[in-house]
Amino acid sequence: MKPAPFDYVRPETLAEACALLAGDEDARVIAGGQTLVPMLAMRLARPAKLIDILRLPELAGIREEDGAVIVGATTRQAIAERDPVIRASVPMLARVLPWVGHPPTRNRGTVGGSIANADPSAEIPLVAVTLGAEILLATPDGPASMSSDDFFIGPMLTTIGQGECVRAIRFPVWPHKRIGTGFFEISARKSDFAFVAAAAQVALDDDGHCLEVALGVGGVGDRPLRLDVSQLNGTRLDAASISGAINAASGDIDAMSDLHASAAYRRRVAVTLGIRALEAARDNAAATQRKGAR
Amino acid sequence: MKVDLRINGINRSAEVEPRKTLLDVLRENFLLNGTHAGCEHGVCGACTVLVDGEPVRSCLMFAVQADGYEITTIEGLAPAPGELSVIQDAFCETHGLQCGYCTPGMILAAHALLQNTLTPTREDIAEAISGNICRCTGYGQIIEAVQFAADRLRVANTPRPAALAEKPIVEAK
Ligand SMILES: Cc1cc2nc3c(=O)[nH]c(=O)nc-3n(C[C@@H](O)[C@H](O)[C@H](O)COP(=O)(O)OP(=O)(O)OC[C@H]3O[C@@H](n4cnc5c(N)ncnc54)[C@H](O)[C@@H]3O)c2cc1C
Ligand code: FES
Ligand code: FES
Repeated sequence: MKPAPFDYVRPETLAEACALLAGDEDARVIAGGQTLVPMLAMRLARPAKLIDILRLPELAGIREEDGAVIVGATTRQAIAERDPVIRASVPMLARVLPWVGHPPTRNRGTVGGSIANADPSAEIPLVAVTLGAEILLATPDGPASMSSDDFFIGPMLTTIGQGECVRAIRFPVWPHKRIGTGFFEISARKSDFAFVAAAAQVALDDDGHCLEVALGVGGVGDRPLRLDVSQLNGTRLDAASISGAINAASGDIDAMSDLHASAAYRRRVAVTLGIRALEAARDNAAATQRKGAR
Repeated sequence: MKVDLRINGINRSAEVEPRKTLLDVLRENFLLNGTHAGCEHGVCGACTVLVDGEPVRSCLMFAVQADGYEITTIEGLAPAPGELSVIQDAFCETHGLQCGYCTPGMILAAHALLQNTLTPTREDIAEAISGNICRCTGYGQIIEAVQFAADRLRVANTPRPAALAEKPIVEAK
């Protein structure tokens, strides 16, 4: 359980980090190290050089602008979990963060590291895909951005190229007043990786009709999946409408099978958890005060 | 590579390979063997230390990443040689340990929790130690130990009327 030798560099600027990455195909970014260090210890990865980006000022911070919350890649999960802006404006992210590993792994693990790692059952990529977040990149040619749909291409696979790194994630903020979220996952022990997870966010008007709805499932396919349940808009999110919409949307999910769970189990549980997540989100939104515009 | 670390309030430095984890540097270079090595890949929590007051797995951090942070190991908790901190003592009182392998990690996780609140619920305690595996106790006595320590610290932090009457209160300038 000891990593193979490597060189360690801690650049001062993002440009320097990108240049180092572009110049050496055996170089790899390290952020919180909560996934990479176990891989190094088990020698599943053997990079020649580690570029430590955790202290780069350009990758830090959480800010709200132009209808979105921009979370810097190196924001530690524990910081994001407690952040008042995320709580108020991206409630689905706040809702799932307590399920990402354990308190000690969240104290080091970063939001950007989880996105770049693209585990199909990871909660943060699930939120990114479900809400339609944008992934902001740093490339040798300057800043770039990409939709999460295009970014995640398979298990632990993204379109990120050599010399590039994730700079920040831009989560859209819903403009509505009454927003609620729901999240459920099935795992062997709390906070372990989920066999199946479902996350939902809904907005209600003053009469309890659905204005906007987003639902996603993780751990089922080879990457997080957003399910199209837009037929729920305008309904009161009654049980029959919810299960109808989910059954219609989940018909062609391509589920994985492994030693933890069969594809049939995953598909079935995705439907059940999806229903529960939507119902919880509805009840959560209904319980919110009809407060003024935020 | 040279690293400068601040461990239990003392500045120390060492010449280490970048691949050496903080865990191994604490144990091998600084002979702080209270930090235990279990799985060495992030699963068990035996190697927990505090980094700037927050529990972290020292097997998932290279020593070269740790410079500039305040590192606290189990050796840093006791108020004086031969004494125990309130939490350590509570673990003894309630039989919160058997073989003791997980104990340093459990105590540091509990210490971080009780720095934030002295009125933790059972759920708060379970969450705080959820990343630490114990193969002996079944966790019940560990939770009891943390509750007991919280009770004691709460009482200790409340100025008792008798003590106040005896000693004049010195006003801060
Ligand atoms: C016991 C345990 C339980 C866990 N449970 C969960 C769980 O339930 N759910 C979950 O989602 N995760 C879980 N994790 C993993 C999570 O803790 C990690 O934090 C996360 O997956 C990676 O973030 P990191 O900052 O630690 O990245 P690192 O480990 O530093 O890096 C991970 C990968 O991403 C790359 N990378 C990192 N940052 C960037 C960037 N900005 N740009 C480009 N590439 C980058 C690295 O090169 C590496 O390939 C668990 C980990 C442990 C040890
Ligand atoms: S030794 Fe670090 S978590 Fe097991
Ligand atoms: S006391 Fe033996 S592992 Fe916890």
